[in-house]
Amino acid sequence: MTGPSQIVIDGVSHIYRPPRGRAVLALDHAALEVGNREFVALLGPSGCGKSTLLYLIGGFLPVETGAIRIDGKPVAGPGPDRGIVFQHFALFPWKTVRGNILYGLERQGMAKTERERRAKDFIELVGLTGFEDSYPSQLSGGMRQRTAIARTLAFDPKILLMDEPFGALDAQTRGLMQSELLRIWRRTPKTVIFVTHDVQEAVYLADRVAVMSARPGRIKTIVDTKFKKDDSNIFKQAAFVEKVDEIWHLVREEAIKAQGARRDEP
Amino acid sequence: MSVLSATPAAQRTRGEQAMVLFLRYLPLVLLAIAWELVALLHLVSSDALPPLSSVIASWFGLLTDGTLLDNGGASLYRAAAGLGLAIVFGGVLGIVMAWWKPVNVLLAPIVEIFYPLPKSALIPVTVIWLGFGDGSKILLIFLGCMLPVTIGAYNGARGSEQALIWSARSTGAGRLRVLWDVVVPSAMPELLNGVRTALALSFILLVSAELIVAHKGFGYLIGVTGANGNYDAMYAVVLTVAFLGFAADRVYLVITKRALAWRE
Repeated sequence: MTGPSQIVIDGVSHIYRPPRGRAVLALDHAALEVGNREFVALLGPSGCGKSTLLYLIGGFLPVETGAIRIDGKPVAGPGPDRGIVFQHFALFPWKTVRGNILYGLERQGMAKTERERRAKDFIELVGLTGFEDSYPSQLSGGMRQRTAIARTLAFDPKILLMDEPFGALDAQTRGLMQSELLRIWRRTPKTVIFVTHDVQEAVYLADRVAVMSARPGRIKTIVDTKFKKDDSNIFKQAAFVEKVDEIWHLVREEAIKAQGARRDEP
Repeated sequence: MSVLSATPAAQRTRGEQAMVLFLRYLPLVLLAIAWELVALLHLVSSDALPPLSSVIASWFGLLTDGTLLDNGGASLYRAAAGLGLAIVFGGVLGIVMAWWKPVNVLLAPIVEIFYPLPKSALIPVTVIWLGFGDGSKILLIFLGCMLPVTIGAYNGARGSEQALIWSARSTGAGRLRVLWDVVVPSAMPELLNGVRTALALSFILLVSAELIVAHKGFGYLIGVTGANGNYDAMYAVVLTVAFLGFAADRVYLVITKRALAWRE
């Protein structure tokens, strides 16, 4: 990690209170520090609270116990310094590709010609030139997620929060999108927090992988996963395979615990 | 019909399109022929069912002497005004109820109680309040048509996706901005569906109210011609109302389809 931490997550607990049913402790004293322009994956079994932690960083949920600071300032609600990309794209279905990308720029109060130019640049960056006037319903899953990524990158947040962004895509598209994301990240470096339950994806993309425990979620271990990512044979490299294996075992233990806990529930 | 619809609409020539339309409404033509025959052969009394040809002749008479335009104009004005108010107030009410909990707590029971009430029961009430003229009809249509719009808007707005709201918030949009940019468009499909129900209701309420107490309007005309035994004219007005209701619905469908083109 270089320089002071940009994101500090300090003893954050969160109780999830569903409208019906009993309250659940989703996060239990989670702690993590993320450096400037670092790519960190949050990895864990389903229901471990990794998305909850992401939403807390985004300011969409209130931090009730502990603290989350960004550049030293506590998070107090959503803001354009943190862009988010969701698993199910969350594009405005009534806006075209261009309209979706322009939306964030309009909110930033950018001048019209500047907005148009920037939208064009980012449509090009994610390879959607020619689809500017299509509505999300006319696009494939991969194209929708490219649009969502372009929309978020276009308003230039310092931090990119990604909530299983490739989880809804088929395997081939997912592979393409992963290398695409790395390419884009190298061109516009940002701090990225990437939630996933796919070990290989986490190891491939991230500088560090934070493995979370089964519910209530804590950061169990942090594994360094810096590789030379542009090697096309990376998935066959011994060092890569070993890392995946190591992390896979850590996650597996937690997945088993999560299953056990579920079985014990009345 | 089934053979013809196998070709996508875009590839049909104009002639084919006309053919499809003709076949679609062929049953109506058959019904018209059957009507004429039944009346001509005196299978039913001509008082109960005058021949279609004399109904049509009577319709032209009503059109040329201005009766139809005069009464129709009054009716359409009432329907448009009542429906317009219902759409504006109903839409705003539904969205505000979905967005702001205190409003929902306050108004939900009132909406629930009034929704199933047959609005025609309010005809005498509105007359007592606003008299025999346009006011009472507009109020009745407004009251009767508002709740379907409200409920459509409410359900649509409540169904706004959390991730969409969050996406907008993360670009720096404030709460009111999100209401306008995300909640209102999310509510639109169901809101527009509610308006369609309201459109049909407005015709029902209009004619019922005018039949009972009015000096003018389609309903009044149906009542008067019927009472005077001028059945040709009565049928002519009934058919006019039926056609207008149908046409309004078709036009509305085309408009909503265009407005919701993004849904595919």
